[in-house]
Amino acid sequence: MIAEHLPALQVVVPLVCAPAIVLVRRLGAAWAIATLASWSALAIAIALALQVAETGPISYAIGSWPPPWGIEYRVDPLSAFVLILVSLVGAIAMPYAKVSIAAELPQEQEYLFFAMYCLCLCGLLGITITGDAFNLFVFLEISSLSTYVLIALGKSRRALAAAYQYLVMGTIGATFYVIGIGLLYLMTGTLNLADMAERLAGVHEVRPQIAAVAFVTVGIGLKLALFPLHQWLPNAYTHAPSVVTAFLAATATKVSIYVLIRFYFSIFRHAEGLREVPFQEFLLGLAILAIVSMSLVALFQDELKRMLAYSSVAQVGYIMLGVSLASPSGLTAATTHLFNHGVTKGALFFLVGLLALRCGSTRLSMLSGIASRMPVTALGIVLAGLSLIGVPGTAGFVTKWYLVRGSMERGSWWLAALIVATSLIALGYVWRFVEVAYLREPGPEAPRKGEPPLWMLGPAGLLVAACFYFGVETSFNVGFVGEAVRLLLRQSGA
Amino acid sequence: MSSDFAIALTLAIPLGGAILIALCHRAPNVREAVTLAAAVALFASALALLPRVLAGERPSLALLEPFPGIAVRFDVEPFGLLFALVASALWIVSTVYSIGYMRSNNEGHQTRFYVCFALALGSTIGVAFAGNLLTLLFFYEALTFATYPLVTHHGDDEARRGGRTYLGVLLLTSTVFLFPAVVWTWLAAGTLDFVPGGILAGKLSRTDATILLALFMLGIGKAALMPFHRWLPAAMVAPTPVSALLHAVAVVKAGVFAVLKVAVFTFGLGASGASFDWLLYLAAFTILAASLVALRSDNLKRRLAYSTVSQLSYIVLSVAVLAPLSVVAAALHIVTHAFGKITLFFAAGAIYTASGKTEVSQLDGIGRRMPWTMAAFAVGALSLIGIPPAAGFLSKWLMFQGAAGAGHWTVLAVLATSTLLNAAYFLPVVYAAFFRRAPQEDATHGEAPWTMVSALTLTAAITIVLPFFSAVPLRLARMLAGAT
Repeated sequence: MIAEHLPALQVVVPLVCAPAIVLVRRLGAAWAIATLASWSALAIAIALALQVAETGPISYAIGSWPPPWGIEYRVDPLSAFVLILVSLVGAIAMPYAKVSIAAELPQEQEYLFFAMYCLCLCGLLGITITGDAFNLFVFLEISSLSTYVLIALGKSRRALAAAYQYLVMGTIGATFYVIGIGLLYLMTGTLNLADMAERLAGVHEVRPQIAAVAFVTVGIGLKLALFPLHQWLPNAYTHAPSVVTAFLAATATKVSIYVLIRFYFSIFRHAEGLREVPFQEFLLGLAILAIVSMSLVALFQDELKRMLAYSSVAQVGYIMLGVSLASPSGLTAATTHLFNHGVTKGALFFLVGLLALRCGSTRLSMLSGIASRMPVTALGIVLAGLSLIGVPGTAGFVTKWYLVRGSMERGSWWLAALIVATSLIALGYVWRFVEVAYLREPGPEAPRKGEPPLWMLGPAGLLVAACFYFGVETSFNVGFVGEAVRLLLRQSGA
Repeated sequence: MSSDFAIALTLAIPLGGAILIALCHRAPNVREAVTLAAAVALFASALALLPRVLAGERPSLALLEPFPGIAVRFDVEPFGLLFALVASALWIVSTVYSIGYMRSNNEGHQTRFYVCFALALGSTIGVAFAGNLLTLLFFYEALTFATYPLVTHHGDDEARRGGRTYLGVLLLTSTVFLFPAVVWTWLAAGTLDFVPGGILAGKLSRTDATILLALFMLGIGKAALMPFHRWLPAAMVAPTPVSALLHAVAVVKAGVFAVLKVAVFTFGLGASGASFDWLLYLAAFTILAASLVALRSDNLKRRLAYSTVSQLSYIVLSVAVLAPLSVVAAALHIVTHAFGKITLFFAAGAIYTASGKTEVSQLDGIGRRMPWTMAAFAVGALSLIGIPPAAGFLSKWLMFQGAAGAGHWTVLAVLATSTLLNAAYFLPVVYAAFFRRAPQEDATHGEAPWTMVSALTLTAAITIVLPFFSAVPLRLARMLAGAT
């Protein structure tokens, strides 16, 4: 009975929890409700994934209105995969948030964080699970609006500017997306994504199709920080509360990329317009620019959070590179990197948040010799950094393997060379931290020896362990992904 | 005891040792005892595999499958076991030595030192037992990262610079050349397993196979083939026990071991159609050029480092000759050079500990004050030059034989010239130590602590007796050649 309604519950549980938190307002209760929402979301996501693996894609009609008229929720391997990523990071973030939020926010704002977090979680899960283009827009807005608030909660006043900047960019993005959907609706007369894909095959006017693809790409591109639409990201990640940065870095951009993959490989699969314009080549070019320029920019940052933020834009480049290859290997790389990078960057931002908590700053120039004061935290950053570089045996390596393989299969040797060479830049910025933390003496302002509370260190450590676990035991992030990619490419007939 | 379990145990001992060492950080004596126990246990468990391997068995252990069709797999074949035995045996000796060295020089971060040492050994065993290229790559890279904290142990500017060169060169080569080479091999052959006779026969054109070979040979930066040799002298900023075990034995030997493995079990030597000629000339150039640099270095550790660069290329050179006898010589040289070179490094460290001297020009007359150390140094030097009865003679003789049999006169000429060069940079040190008069002011020191002296005496003794007990190593090495 309940099992039948799991797709709806996936979204409804966090949605209901948000107003409940505002009603109770008491900190402990707020945290408990948010934790309940996150963990039940994870449980539902896992249950859905198991169901999908067993019986194939699930279609759920909201209010029993059958698709394409009603809103359809659709869970296939790809969306199940992203659902697990989002809810997993959410669940792990909760114990961390308990201490971190108490330390960073004034007490009267704390319940707001948990309420907004639940809304954001609901939005991200909704984007992933919905099979309806307009419903997707609604969830996009829910997640964006709550994200603006979450970023604005940051301690420094610059958080407000960062949130405002993101608000402007995010609104432009959402508008572009709606215009794109409007064009698609005009052409096909439907908002159901699967139906839209079918009907688009019968549409022969190429121009509105090209316009629709362009609007959707730019709109979603803004949300996923596609180079050069990434300007909002470094500020937002730097000034938001630590737990917000970690949660967003691991999930928000990933969900947007998922939407773009959906549109390219499911919706536009029969669109003649896509064949007329070299969108794949265009994306490839942007991806390369993102990887090279943003890795280099990251190399010269002094602020650790900002360095990781620029690294995120570069890593999005790797994902888009995989998408633009449009081959089984390329898409496997892109999809698995959603997870691999989510876990890796989540771990890094959690750990950097610990540094912020104990040192009051995450500037490299202030972190001299920190490894002697916070040995576990520093070691964690190094280990997660190895996954960011893509050292064999880590999750990052799994991605690199498939990216290089995909490039070689295409005969693009230069691309393979570029991928491995730029991973050395990642080595450069990770090793800047290593040298500062381990090979310098602690300064007078360094904190006393000691680690942050286990409530915070535990979740971070769990994600660091995941970086290595998913580097060797890959039945989820390669096996399950492989199934999703096969299904996706069969849909697109490639 | 099933073979799987024996392999798992051999791999788990250094790892478990590292954890135990970290837990015992408050009690130095217990910590060092644990290190020593782990080293002995590792050697014993590797030795336990020996009878079965000699009987023709090939114990195997497959763990996980990170990529469909490619597992993390360990196969114990004779050559890998030989390497594992040498590395683990020398871990025991160098632990004894390290205890003396680290304590008398009041080094900091000793727990980190022993932990990383154990992890490095674990990675080395992983390399030795790797059953396919992916597993090899995993442990090859793990070895780089496990040794970085050892190289930068002192934490000063010099260590930071040395560490940068070390990590930079090793990761540049492995990421940009070795990793794409592995992916390419997978795409070309559909397998990454180490198979006698190779997996590439008929899979690639001659040009492609040669390019792939170049990617592998340059990608295995730990073999210190020029122009990617700079990391080795840079790594000499490390404490001497690190230089001794890791940069004379474990790390560099993991490099040449991988070269041999790839050449024999991936390329099947000539079977792949790849051209090895260029490798021959590159190795010959490295031998001679590195010897010349060694000749001009006054710093003793730097001289030893460049000697290592040159000796490693002996092994690559012998592989490139492609004759079975040369392959045996190459495999055996891994063993003989290990014992000779570790003796030399131990001696250099003992000299530093007892007298604080690091330059060759300061060593006049030191042999009278440190007779054991310098006698051991002389034995190591003789071994590296290739003078009987020291062990180096054995492998060098086979090298000459192999090259002559294959009619490679260039190789013979290179080997002969470099032997003279070896003599030219080692014998003056020995001469100065024993026959020159010492300056007046340093009558104050004697030998280094007994742990260090006993370690270096032991390795020197083994260097001398090894040729008389060479049946087992020779047999293991011949089994490798039989696989070609």
